[in-house]
Amino acid sequence: MPRKTDVSQLEDVGIDIDTELSNSDEEAPKRAKKGGRGGGRGGRGRGKKAASEEEEDEDEVPAPRGRRGGNRKAARKGKDGDDEDADDDDDEDGKGPKKQSEEEEDKKGAKGKKKGGKKGKDDEEDEEEGGKGDKGATGKKGAKGKGKAKEDDKKKKKKGGGSSSSNSDEEDSMSEGEMAKLMEEVEEKKKLIATIRNKPWRMRRRLTHLRESQQFVDKFEGALGKGKGRKWYAYKVMMKKKWIKFQRDFENFRTACIPWERKIKEVESHFGSSVASYFIFLRWMYGMNLVLFGFTFGLVVIPEVLMGLPYGSIPRKTVPRAEADSAQDYSVLMDFNGYCKYSVLFYGFYNNQRTIGLLQFRLPLSYLMVGIGTFGYSLMVVIRTMAKNADVGGGDGEDGEFTFAWKMFTSWDYLIGNAETADNKYASITTSFKESIVDEQENQKDENIHLRRFLRVLANFMIICSLGGSGYLIYFVVKRSQEFASRDDLSWYEKNELEIIMSLLGLVCPPLFETIAELEEYHPRIALKWQLGRIFALFLGNLYTFLFALFDEVNTKLELEGSIRNASLWNMKEYYANFTLNSNDTEATPPPMHPSDIIRGPCWETGVGIEFVKLTVSDIQVTYLTILIGDFARAVIVRFLNYCWCWDLEAGFPSYGEFDISGNVLGLVFNQGMIWMGAFYAPGLVGINVLRLLSSMYYQCWAVMATNVPHERVFKASKSNNFYMGLLLLILFLSLLPVVYTIMTLPPSFDCGPFSGKAKMFDVIMETIDLDLPAFLGTLFSYAANPGLIIPAVLLMVLAIYYLNSVSEAYQGANMELKKKMQMARDEEKNRRNNTESTDQVQKDLEDLLPNRSLAPEPEKEEPPPKPTKVKPGAAGKKDLQKDVTLASPNPNVRGPVNRPPGPRGPGPMPGHPGGPGPGGRGQGRPGPPPR
Amino acid sequence: MDYTKEPDCKLPLALIVAMPELNENPFRNRIVESFSEDGLGNQSFNDFVDMFSVLSEMAPRELKAIFAFKIYDFNVDNFLCKEDLEQTLNRLTKEELTEEEVQLVCEKAIEEADLDGDHKLSFADFENMITRAPDFLSTFHIRI
Repeated sequence: MPRKTDVSQLEDVGIDIDTELSNSDEEAPKRAKKGGRGGGRGGRGRGKKAASEEEEDEDEVPAPRGRRGGNRKAARKGKDGDDEDADDDDDEDGKGPKKQSEEEEDKKGAKGKKKGGKKGKDDEEDEEEGGKGDKGATGKKGAKGKGKAKEDDKKKKKKGGGSSSSNSDEEDSMSEGEMAKLMEEVEEKKKLIATIRNKPWRMRRRLTHLRESQQFVDKFEGALGKGKGRKWYAYKVMMKKKWIKFQRDFENFRTACIPWERKIKEVESHFGSSVASYFIFLRWMYGMNLVLFGFTFGLVVIPEVLMGLPYGSIPRKTVPRAEADSAQDYSVLMDFNGYCKYSVLFYGFYNNQRTIGLLQFRLPLSYLMVGIGTFGYSLMVVIRTMAKNADVGGGDGEDGEFTFAWKMFTSWDYLIGNAETADNKYASITTSFKESIVDEQENQKDENIHLRRFLRVLANFMIICSLGGSGYLIYFVVKRSQEFASRDDLSWYEKNELEIIMSLLGLVCPPLFETIAELEEYHPRIALKWQLGRIFALFLGNLYTFLFALFDEVNTKLELEGSIRNASLWNMKEYYANFTLNSNDTEATPPPMHPSDIIRGPCWETGVGIEFVKLTVSDIQVTYLTILIGDFARAVIVRFLNYCWCWDLEAGFPSYGEFDISGNVLGLVFNQGMIWMGAFYAPGLVGINVLRLLSSMYYQCWAVMATNVPHERVFKASKSNNFYMGLLLLILFLSLLPVVYTIMTLPPSFDCGPFSGKAKMFDVIMETIDLDLPAFLGTLFSYAANPGLIIPAVLLMVLAIYYLNSVSEAYQGANMELKKKMQMARDEEKNRRNNTESTDQVQKDLEDLLPNRSLAPEPEKEEPPPKPTKVKPGAAGKKDLQKDVTLASPNPNVRGPVNRPPGPRGPGPMPGHPGGPGPGGRGQGRPGPPPR
Repeated sequence: MDYTKEPDCKLPLALIVAMPELNENPFRNRIVESFSEDGLGNQSFNDFVDMFSVLSEMAPRELKAIFAFKIYDFNVDNFLCKEDLEQTLNRLTKEELTEEEVQLVCEKAIEEADLDGDHKLSFADFENMITRAPDFLSTFHIRI
């Protein structure tokens, strides 16, 4: 067995070592049988090696190995005297064939290594060489070589004999062959003790074996030296257990830290993964918004509250006198006018002072940076999540192979000990089976394809028609509302026509689309995507109409602003003129005008912010009311009126509501779009949104559990919810456009907001560069902004994208190819197995005789009947494990009649048995365990 | 019960099955039966220790696979045939699937995992399937 694997395995997993060791048991006797001195030595060497496996924990790995490598090299080459002497020194310590304990040997080896200064270096070399040799020479050959090497060493030592160690005189107490055999047996017993837990034996048998082996070891280990390594080993095992326990606890802790995990699992178990995917999306959204909230409040709102000028100090922070009377009215506040409008929630409240407070906090700069950073961060997070999801999707491409079998045999969690959890688990297992069945049936379905196609085209046509219709309706209403804007005598309907029409469309169209989609007969998962796409288009139309209306408003306000600005200045001058006129005292400075008296501009930014906040709040109200009325009230009515009604309400017409995944996801996505668009002009919006998401998590979880029923056709959410993320990315981009447009092109209001007085908002950055950074940085920036630099940079990025894209496509192609190959190999295997079953006996026998048989599991009938109590533990290898499967019943057919003819695919691990204990250890001439 | 004087006493199935670790498990009877020496679920102390040794976190995958096979082998013929799978499925879902669905699932499961084409799963098939299952190790253990 190559030593390297041993070492690495030892470092890896304790259990693995045990199996490896038991595997190597089979080789040991062979080596021992080599007969004669050399064979004995070889065996002994091997035994020693096995022993030192434990001890390597104690000494650093290089020491013993280096020593052995040194031996071999010395034997092979016979180096110059100095080195050789030193080596011999070691060898005598180590190689003395006495009952000296192996630990001592190794320690001395290590010591010797440390002592011999020059030799140390040499050993390093040797080590490498030895390692290579070990790797190359497998199994017996390696052992043989080792044995010979040792022999040579010994001879040399006897000749040189200079610095022999003290224990060389014990040498003759037992003949070497016996010694080696004994040693080997002790090692075997030790291994048995170590691995007894992994054997599929009954406890009684285990105990017998254990006792026997322990007695044996106790009896003879004294002769072979004390098992000092055992303590260390026990300590290591204990530490490993503790580590595993710690990891488990940590994992539990981490799971406990994930918010709402239990809630979501509960929902998932009752409604399937598709409904749960909505809640997972909601949770993700909450996390992202929490970060945005942290940025906005930490860098903009709280500094302004703490260090900025207080309310009432300057005009922009004061309610104008004309509005002051009604500023506290409920209806005014609910429209976010009055005190709300002149609060920290909105853009207009912020002052254009360059730095505030003791810390010289640059609020305008920070405001702009947070506004842009919000988008930057969102983009990054969305794209990163998408990439991660895509990764996950590509990772488990194999899962189609054993869907049902895995579900059947591994879906029950044996850890469950709670009745409620168990009920959830039953429900979720049933749901997941149903999901898979639906998938399976979809796969098998093939009907009239032409009719289906026709229906699909028809459905799409109808939906496009209705989309166009709704678009025209909105356009028409917007036109009308512009007409209405110039009139005063409007009824309530005429005032709110646009909102009413938009909500009506939002209410009517999705169910209409759903009805039309029935025609298409898509798989529910695909149908959900179509539905989402269509509603998305509808909402997008509404949103952009709204945006255009808003832009109109902004433009009129901007026009108005110029005249108001003049009026304001004129008013100020008038005030001072009047003051001097009235007081007749030219010297006295007039008291400043009260801030609420100053004439103000319309402040279009705050106007936009208010629009978005209003929209968001009304959206929240509508959503919550819909749930309350549409789901909860309906459920109550159905549940309790059912006792006194003429038909079955639960099964019949109203029934309970289903959870509308597409509507909810789109609601969430569009809400997020509003937040992104509005956050720049209303920093408080982010806070409102966080509250909304938090409450809707609890509210919707409750609502779905209390009032909804699972979908009739259960279906699994697609593995990666990249579709939602794609929608989100699209919305993010679409909401990025107007905000960046306004930041870049529109002039900020002259008397409100952090950028007042500047020609453009981004002038803040220029100002900072000019004033705060060293001059050379300014020039650097001006160079960087040079088109001559930007265009090549853009080009480079485009090229990089192109390159990466083509690389990923190539990988995808390779991936597909490999998958196909794997599938083919599997099919081939299946066929071959089936064929071998049917071929005649002669063929089988012939195959058995071929050398490659060693890799294949034997056919059943050749297997000897299992011996339930096998006393000889030496042969306890993997073969044993196989036989012991049958410990309860006498049928030995555990290994099916699988067979493997000699094929070109020689020694590779069989696809059917990758690393399993099956065929590997059974080989006749196989040198080592199957490579892992 | 005096275990020290009478080391060979056995606990009946009903007692073991009632322990909280097993109480909610749909396969509790099978677990106890397959670990008992008489196959009827009367366990000696050794059997009991055996059971939780195999179901412990430290037990290797091969060992777990062997005993998982035994647990799911309801009719103890060393093959998982369709009846076994049906029983498994019905216990997993509390018989909430219709007969056709059960049939479909069982057929699919056998078709997926059956390598030698005998329409039942031998241990080799089972092992091949279960060693690739991603969450077999994480679900097939009991903490006590």
